[in-house]
Amino acid sequence: MSDALLSVRDLVVEFPTRKGILTAVDSVSFDIGRGEVLGVVGESGAGKSMTGSAIIGLIEPPGHIAGGSIELAGERIDNLPLEAMRKVRGKRIGMVFQDPLTSLNPLYTIAEQLIETIRTHLKLSERDARERAIGLLDEVGIPAASRRIDDYPHQFSGGMRQRVVIALALCAEPELVIADEPTTALDVSVQSQIIDVLKNMCAEHGSSVMLITHDMGVIAEAADRVAVMYAGRLAEIGPVRDVIQDARHPYTKGLMGSIPTLMHDSDRLTQIPGSMPRLTDIPPGCAFSPRCPKAFDRCFSVQPACERHEDREVACLLYDEGGRP
Amino acid sequence: MTEALVNVEHLSRVFDVSKPWLNRVLERDEKKFLVAVNDVTFEIRKGETFALVGESGSGKSTIAKLIVGLIRPSGGQISFDGKNVATQGSSSMRQLRSRFQMIFQDPFASLNPRWRVKDIIAEPIRTFGLEGEAARWQTRVDELLETVGLSSGDGAKYPHEFSGGQRQRIAIARALSAQPEFIVCDEPTSALDVSVQAQILNLMRDLQDEFGLTYLFISHDLSVVRHMATRIGVLYLGRLVEVAEGKTLFKDPQHPYTKMLLDAVPDLEMTGRARKPVEGEIPNPIDPPSGCAFHPRCALANDRCLSEKPELKLHGTTETACFAVDEGRV
Ligand SMILES: Nc1ncnc2c1ncn2[C@@H]1O[C@H](COP(=O)(O)OP(=O)(O)OP(=O)(O)O)[C@@H](O)[C@H]1O
Ligand SMILES: Nc1ncnc2c1ncn2[C@@H]1O[C@H](COP(=O)(O)OP(=O)(O)OP(=O)(O)O)[C@@H](O)[C@H]1O
Ligand code: SF4
Ligand code: SF4
Ligand SMILES: [Mg+2]
Ligand SMILES: [Mg+2]
Repeated sequence: MSDALLSVRDLVVEFPTRKGILTAVDSVSFDIGRGEVLGVVGESGAGKSMTGSAIIGLIEPPGHIAGGSIELAGERIDNLPLEAMRKVRGKRIGMVFQDPLTSLNPLYTIAEQLIETIRTHLKLSERDARERAIGLLDEVGIPAASRRIDDYPHQFSGGMRQRVVIALALCAEPELVIADEPTTALDVSVQSQIIDVLKNMCAEHGSSVMLITHDMGVIAEAADRVAVMYAGRLAEIGPVRDVIQDARHPYTKGLMGSIPTLMHDSDRLTQIPGSMPRLTDIPPGCAFSPRCPKAFDRCFSVQPACERHEDREVACLLYDEGGRP
Repeated sequence: MTEALVNVEHLSRVFDVSKPWLNRVLERDEKKFLVAVNDVTFEIRKGETFALVGESGSGKSTIAKLIVGLIRPSGGQISFDGKNVATQGSSSMRQLRSRFQMIFQDPFASLNPRWRVKDIIAEPIRTFGLEGEAARWQTRVDELLETVGLSSGDGAKYPHEFSGGQRQRIAIARALSAQPEFIVCDEPTSALDVSVQAQILNLMRDLQDEFGLTYLFISHDLSVVRHMATRIGVLYLGRLVEVAEGKTLFKDPQHPYTKMLLDAVPDLEMTGRARKPVEGEIPNPIDPPSGCAFHPRCALANDRCLSEKPELKLHGTTETACFAVDEGRV
């Protein structure tokens, strides 16, 4: 796809461990269009954060990208020198993490941090940078922004800190924002505020978003498309409404059925037996086969590839050419 | 109406959150207190699941710890099966204690990493020395492991050899081993993946049917609470603002705070349900707002709400603490 802002192809991330090589991300391919919000869901350890870290070039050694390519607006960014990558980060790709305290330095005021980031990436005078910082805080909904900007992070509540982090991520007008569990540490009532702020800010500034979360409800509200990861691989990707209302991959189906909802009474939740395998012990064939109610003989030996069916891609042998048992 | 198993009356707990004495003197600060639980009254009926919901810091875990006796109340009382827990002698207290158990959020922190799983599960059996069971504890542990969907061979392993969901199963097996009637579950699935959460919630309901258990179920996830609860109490800054039947609460919430919480839940069904953006954040609990603590976030607040504290009052089958509801202003 030529109009994609971000294009990830066959990405592989490996960690050498004592038990051999752990493949945290295994041949993952997807695109994010301009202005699009791509949600990424999956169980803990499925490789969601690792995919995000690979894109921003922040995988902790000894982990490394062992294959594939990542292009931002048609330009390879997975093999950039450190210094060049540091410029991409912050300027062209903004980041919002789960715990706002890791993104904010407790020793500096909000003003100092915002102004510094703005001036690193944009040629603005101190005064103009401050104006811009106040404008951004105002946009993310910090009341009395011109006064509160000189406060320290600890003087803000968790929800307000996360608003500041969103302002910080957007202050250089990045093309892409990677938000990794931006609301997980926050209260239910504050979560929806933060998702609204993130979504609206990115829409107004024309940024695309990769929204990583394990909360399907958040995805339903905020994302255009959703990618479902399982054991380091992509299981299914497609428009959010289609995936939620008509899941194709047996894992996605199980996942949707296991979420209790506010609207329906149900006596029992759908249960996927067992749990995700450790990445050092992925079974041969389809990684989901030991838990899959639909598994048939080929599933235990053939690894399904992600195949496109209209605007949906599914990695399941039930859907491949003549693959049905 | 079914009988109450647990009665909580005018329960309060205050924490001293003052700075150390010397700093206080130097900085001329006063002593500071935080009222984590403020005059809370409710009952838990035999065989039901009573759920507590509320934002972080609303006092859910503090109530759980007060009920199982991990901390002492600053005021009010708790009775179990009609007996005031505070006035029991040590031997009858011990007997009472064997009738309730607790499951925590983090299944790793609550399991001793150096013990084998079978010893972890057998610990309550030994502590409470049930009916000569100490002798046949090994068989009992095997049965328990199977009840929670593990295999008897798992008893010889250590907790780190299990996944999060399996560890929570071990914690449940441990809680069941003393054959309790009542289990306090504080965010039992919050640390787990949804697919594993579904397994644990199904298991908890099966065990309730099989053994007639009563649960106090704490969660900040309203969808999970809706799935599990018979009745629900909504907490805001240490006070109960609404108590209702599970179905009623979700269909017909009364208190403005309950409505706000329900509105904040993301809509998975994509019905296009219009969400009202939530107003404001939780105030500082050390210095809570006067009158109704919810008034700074409430669209219906008036002068009375700023000065008087609303009490829980019965309206239909729902108890609500709100003047707007009392006065029919909603
Ligand atoms: N430093 C490391 N060394 C070895 N393996 C690692 C390291 N960091 C992460 N991993 C492995 O990489 C896999 C992917 O991890 P990742 O953090 O991407 O998961 P995730 O999908 O973001 O999960 P969560 O929902 O828990 O955040 C995990 O299974 C983890 O065990
Ligand atoms: N030992 C303590 N000392 C001082 N303050 C405490 C103590 N324990 C709890 N608190 C305070 O009491 C209030 C209620 O805390 P509690 O842990 O009961 O909340 P909760 O509803 O369980 O919240 P969460 O959803 O975050 O678990 C909070 O403001 C908390 O900071
Ligand atoms: S490939 Fe086979 S095991 Fe894997 S999800 Fe499809 S049916 Fe199930
Ligand atoms: S008592 Fe007043 S402030 Fe409190 S919830 Fe009711 S209307 Fe709002
Ligand atoms: Mg992660
Ligand atoms: Mg708690």
